[in-house]
Amino acid sequence: MTEIAGKLFSWLNTRLPIVNTFERHLSKHPVPSKVNFWYLFGALAAVTLIIQIVTGIWLIMPYSNTEEQAFSSIEYIMRDVDYGWVIRYMHTTGASLFFAVVYLHMFRGLLYGSYQKPKELVWIFGCTIYLAMMAEGFLGYVLPYGQMSYWGAQVIISLFGAIPYIGESLELWVRGDYYISGITVSRFFALHVVALPLVLIALVFLHLVALHEVGAGNPEGVDIEEFLDDDGVPLDSVPFFPYKVLNALVAIGVFMTVFSIIMFFFPEGGGYFIEMANFEEANPLVTPDHIAPVWYYAPFYTMLRAIPDPLGGLIVMAAGVAIFFVVPWLDRSKVASIRYKGIYSKIAITLFGVSFLTLGYLGTVGVTEVRKIMSVVCTVIYFAYFLLMPIYTKYETTKEVPDRL
Amino acid sequence: MQEKDKTRRKVLIGLTSAVGLSGIPFAATPFIAAWNPSAKAKAAGAAVKLDVSKMQFGQQIQVAWRKQPVFIVRHTKESLASLDLSVPKLADPNSDLIEEPYKGLNPSRSKNPEYSVFSGVCTHLGCAPKYFPEVEPKPWDATWNGGFFCPCHGSMFDIVGRVFKGVPASTNLLVPPHMFDGSILTIGEDREL
Repeated sequence: MTEIAGKLFSWLNTRLPIVNTFERHLSKHPVPSKVNFWYLFGALAAVTLIIQIVTGIWLIMPYSNTEEQAFSSIEYIMRDVDYGWVIRYMHTTGASLFFAVVYLHMFRGLLYGSYQKPKELVWIFGCTIYLAMMAEGFLGYVLPYGQMSYWGAQVIISLFGAIPYIGESLELWVRGDYYISGITVSRFFALHVVALPLVLIALVFLHLVALHEVGAGNPEGVDIEEFLDDDGVPLDSVPFFPYKVLNALVAIGVFMTVFSIIMFFFPEGGGYFIEMANFEEANPLVTPDHIAPVWYYAPFYTMLRAIPDPLGGLIVMAAGVAIFFVVPWLDRSKVASIRYKGIYSKIAITLFGVSFLTLGYLGTVGVTEVRKIMSVVCTVIYFAYFLLMPIYTKYETTKEVPDRL
Repeated sequence: MQEKDKTRRKVLIGLTSAVGLSGIPFAATPFIAAWNPSAKAKAAGAAVKLDVSKMQFGQQIQVAWRKQPVFIVRHTKESLASLDLSVPKLADPNSDLIEEPYKGLNPSRSKNPEYSVFSGVCTHLGCAPKYFPEVEPKPWDATWNGGFFCPCHGSMFDIVGRVFKGVPASTNLLVPPHMFDGSILTIGEDREL
């Protein structure tokens, strides 16, 4: 029996690089031996992506992408499909938590300089994943065709209208109708379930291939490739499998607990994960009193509102996302990790974190005079963190990085 | 390979690539054009017709054109006469900031001075302003002269849809193309435009 299995395996292995790939990317792939919890969010993001794909496939089956039935098919999923409610809430909770872990993952990158040479491409692929996720989330939010789907899309598509000359015809082209109709919903559906997932999966693949080429970082910013054993394996490393995998499993267990608590007990997330207005069908003639984006877009929405001119707002908002792409060339520090960077970097990243969270809060509440000023101040701090980075990282005193982990 | 052959090869590669690349716009056309409003969507967005002779003086009605609200107001003589009163409050009394199809034709901004026809989509964030024709002090304006008030963010417009100063909306309510055939109003089409 074992002989047959052995033969079958070797038959397979001479035709498909199973052992090679397993060794190269798992059992012999060296990862730094000492990392902290910040290094777990990448794995959690991968798990969430899988949850989104699986639940997404199951949601396509009962969903109907027409103007008449989109909203009622969601109610059908919630009430009539066995366990439909849990699949849908898994998908909505997954969307919010996907953004949560990706934001933490990105913040880890900023903290420990995970974009520095030679990891620029890993970082850029990651930023592109984030951009694709934002588009994916927006398209998905339109599909239930509730009030917030409609009016949220109305505001976002109106942004195209702010582009000079071509804006208005671009708006019409994106909608394919004079208002956000079933035509718009069905094309967003195609993009949400086929086009962007393909892009996302391809980008995640590239993100990982590039990462495995240059090696994972660590919170000390130590280059573990400097000290190798006789076999050429870094001394301060452990094999990815089983060490990193088992370690991640614990994190996944904790994450799943949090996930389940939200999914079963607070699926609307207090109106932040699914907004209350979206429990009402889209009505092009009645605007909800308060239009707010879902929490994960809120910081950028605040930037949009902080600028009184629509085109200016659009440019600032786009720049807020785009600026992440050039971080590898803004950081001029000799050291990677915040632990060894100087006081300016520490102040800057703290202010950045606070301003980002404040922008997020402001995007979910109504506008008042005080909040308007706060939005402008936080937007300025947000951009200052990036734009002043070449200066404060270059002219601060850094600490000596040790040789070994 | 000889130098001459290399040059030939380069020319051939260049020509082949150019021909190949010139096909891209052709290949892309159906994919881009398929996103334009379909014939069905265009038909559904066609002009709407209604008889406005049954409207009371001072009455405002709402019709949906392309699923967006369009307001029609039949003015009284008094309200038309009082239009100039609100001019000091207006941000853009002559509609210079927007493309106005019937600019300067008459004070009611439409093709028929007795009626006003304008979009019911607030130029701030797209809510539908409400009609308050009464000339009396209102919580939002002590010298209210009749007009539209947006409940969402407090934008104010006069009875012909011109925006007030110092409100969130920055431009007047838009006037759609329209025409009168006797008392039959067509919204969304104007043969003279």
